[in-house]
Amino acid sequence: MGTVFAAAAALLLIVAPASQATTPSPTPSPPSNQQFQNTISGFLRGDDRAPIPGVTITVRNGGFEASTKSAANGSWSVGVPTQGTYEVELDESTLPEGIRLAEGQENPRQVTFSQTSNLSVIFTFGQGIVIQQQDFGQNLLNRLVAGLSFGLLLALASVGLSLIFGTTGLTNFAHGEMVTLGAVLVFAFNAMNLPFWLAILLAVLGGGLFGYVQDAGLWKPLRRRGTGLVPMMIVSIGLALAVRYVIQFFFGGATQQLPFAQSSEIQIGPVSISPNNLWSLVISVVVIALLGIVLLKTRLGKATRAVADNPALAAASGIDVDSVIRIVWVVGGMLAALGGILWAYYRPGVTFDMGSQILLLIFAGVTLGGLGTVWGALVGSVIVGIFVELTTVFGLAADLKYVGALFIMIVVLLFRPQGILGRRERVG
Amino acid sequence: MDFGFILSSAAGELFSPTTAAYALAALGLAVHFGYAGLLNFGQAGFMAVGAYGFAISTLTFQAPFFVALLVAIVCAAIFALLLGIPTLRLRADYLAIVTIAAAEIVRYIVTTNQLTSVTGSANGLAAFEGGFYAMNPFPEGSYLGMNNRDFFIRVVGWGLVAICCVLVWLLMRSPWGRVLKGIREDENAVRSLGKNVYAYKMQALIIGGVLGALAGIIFTLPRGAVQPANYGTELTFFLYTCLLLGGLGTVLGPVVGAMIFWVVLSLTQGILYGLIESGAVTWLNTVQAGQLRYILVGVALMLLMIFRPQGVFGNKKELAFA
Repeated sequence: MGTVFAAAAALLLIVAPASQATTPSPTPSPPSNQQFQNTISGFLRGDDRAPIPGVTITVRNGGFEASTKSAANGSWSVGVPTQGTYEVELDESTLPEGIRLAEGQENPRQVTFSQTSNLSVIFTFGQGIVIQQQDFGQNLLNRLVAGLSFGLLLALASVGLSLIFGTTGLTNFAHGEMVTLGAVLVFAFNAMNLPFWLAILLAVLGGGLFGYVQDAGLWKPLRRRGTGLVPMMIVSIGLALAVRYVIQFFFGGATQQLPFAQSSEIQIGPVSISPNNLWSLVISVVVIALLGIVLLKTRLGKATRAVADNPALAAASGIDVDSVIRIVWVVGGMLAALGGILWAYYRPGVTFDMGSQILLLIFAGVTLGGLGTVWGALVGSVIVGIFVELTTVFGLAADLKYVGALFIMIVVLLFRPQGILGRRERVG
Repeated sequence: MDFGFILSSAAGELFSPTTAAYALAALGLAVHFGYAGLLNFGQAGFMAVGAYGFAISTLTFQAPFFVALLVAIVCAAIFALLLGIPTLRLRADYLAIVTIAAAEIVRYIVTTNQLTSVTGSANGLAAFEGGFYAMNPFPEGSYLGMNNRDFFIRVVGWGLVAICCVLVWLLMRSPWGRVLKGIREDENAVRSLGKNVYAYKMQALIIGGVLGALAGIIFTLPRGAVQPANYGTELTFFLYTCLLLGGLGTVLGPVVGAMIFWVVLSLTQGILYGLIESGAVTWLNTVQAGQLRYILVGVALMLLMIFRPQGVFGNKKELAFA
């Protein structure tokens, strides 16, 4: 009791802070769970693919410098405080007898983070590297296919967002977390040693469950109260923050990899593509086609479109609006989770904020196509995906590739605010 | 657990320069959202424009303090114009998406390695605050337990908050402010009275944006550094939490909201760390305790919006939404 009293007295005396050093981190950026969230890493393997242990590697930029030794399996990793450009130097005097860097291998070399918190650096040894000389057309074609794959995985997430917007009017800022959840669940189930296919299935179902719980526990009661659309949007922001940090609480701040994340590119006709991207493309096309059939041909699909068009009229004609919205949330959650899994393979890597990284691209896709239209979301997302990948071909820096997509969204809003497939009256 | 230390840390947050910066930026949001009904989700972008406008003109162009300040304000006004032209005629959710996208564009541009010589990319810029502290009228010594530098930035920061509060209060009780509130309530009604709704909205966007830019400068000065990672979308959402805590359509609401926000964050951190250190809580580590606080921010934002959207001071009739 005495200490408390003394503390209160001290408080009165020290009106202003005497303890600047210990006040909470004043920056609003999320806390990190390791010393550094960003890592530069790689594997040292010789010409014969044998790992090279015990080699010193130094990473530096400006005031920061750190070095490490490669482990027995040849892996090395250095944590760095911020993303940016670093100089990575391999100390050639520590290389084992008979192994030397390949002819033409730059050392030290400059490396730059793009969107992910992990940057892998490859040093080649032995006979030398074949410097790949891709001609422009080849590169364009490859990026086009990669962009299509990216755009379709964005479409999975944005179709759900658009359906939710169409039926409830809510712009859901927590959709990014629904994307993250899919990938994190696959990682969690895989860590429990469940079979891979089961992990994916359970993760997609988990996404659906999250959608169900969200609607049943939060959005339906809010709709009942007649809460306006703007307050609901802010509630979704609160939900996004809470869920994002709940995921970080359990998952940590580091980047993890799903099984089979590493794959070398294969050649199909003129296009070289990684098998993961190819799978992603096929899965997205199949799922979107299925969704299209359901929306166009079944009673449920017709009911959904009717609710999206005019909820009051739909209710008057005997459609159970609430259960349609519930199904839309479940399907939206499942699609977002699947999109998240594919996004984890596309990046590659799972992080707690991977969904919020593409949330704005999802919004851009939905807005480009026209808010509330399913096909618009599909078209818009594919455009955004291809645009993001193609801008790097035309000389935009890799760390600016999202800027192009966001910029194009703003420009389209200037000239065609209802989006490509939207109807004029939606803009109001 | 050292309660005295926890309490004095929390009390220190009450008048810290960061709280002043949050209060100013939230006041800008109050002009946007509380008074004009504009759903600006890009306040972090305005803060970044202010901070970088100030830092770049000081470092790259060697501008003196007041010129750099002016440049930052002009940059924020131009940013508001660029944002407003495509979006102010559109519905609220479009404005929200475009402003959040524009803020992210700003952050990507100051982060890119292409402009490292100007923006310092991810490391940001430092050592631009000399011109400000050179004007410090307080001789060295101890002021209420602070050195003259810390004291000066607090005096300036909170002085600025006070001046801006008075200005906003005067503006909002002027005819101009009444029209603005009218637009918030019913845009078409105001338009039918012959007012140029678009121009009023644009003026409100610029005023709030300039407040955001000033907040960005106050935010960076005590650190002597500006880093792009600080200006992510979370910053805007924290500002909304401050604004909703205090009350939307009020002048003092955002200021008090920012104070509550930082004091509560400091208290929860102190108590959680104390519990962990004393061994009373073993299911948490200090990193997770930090994350727990941000979970609480998210939950608080949701609960506020659902159960008390008018905040501590607000009047339910003054809400920007029905």
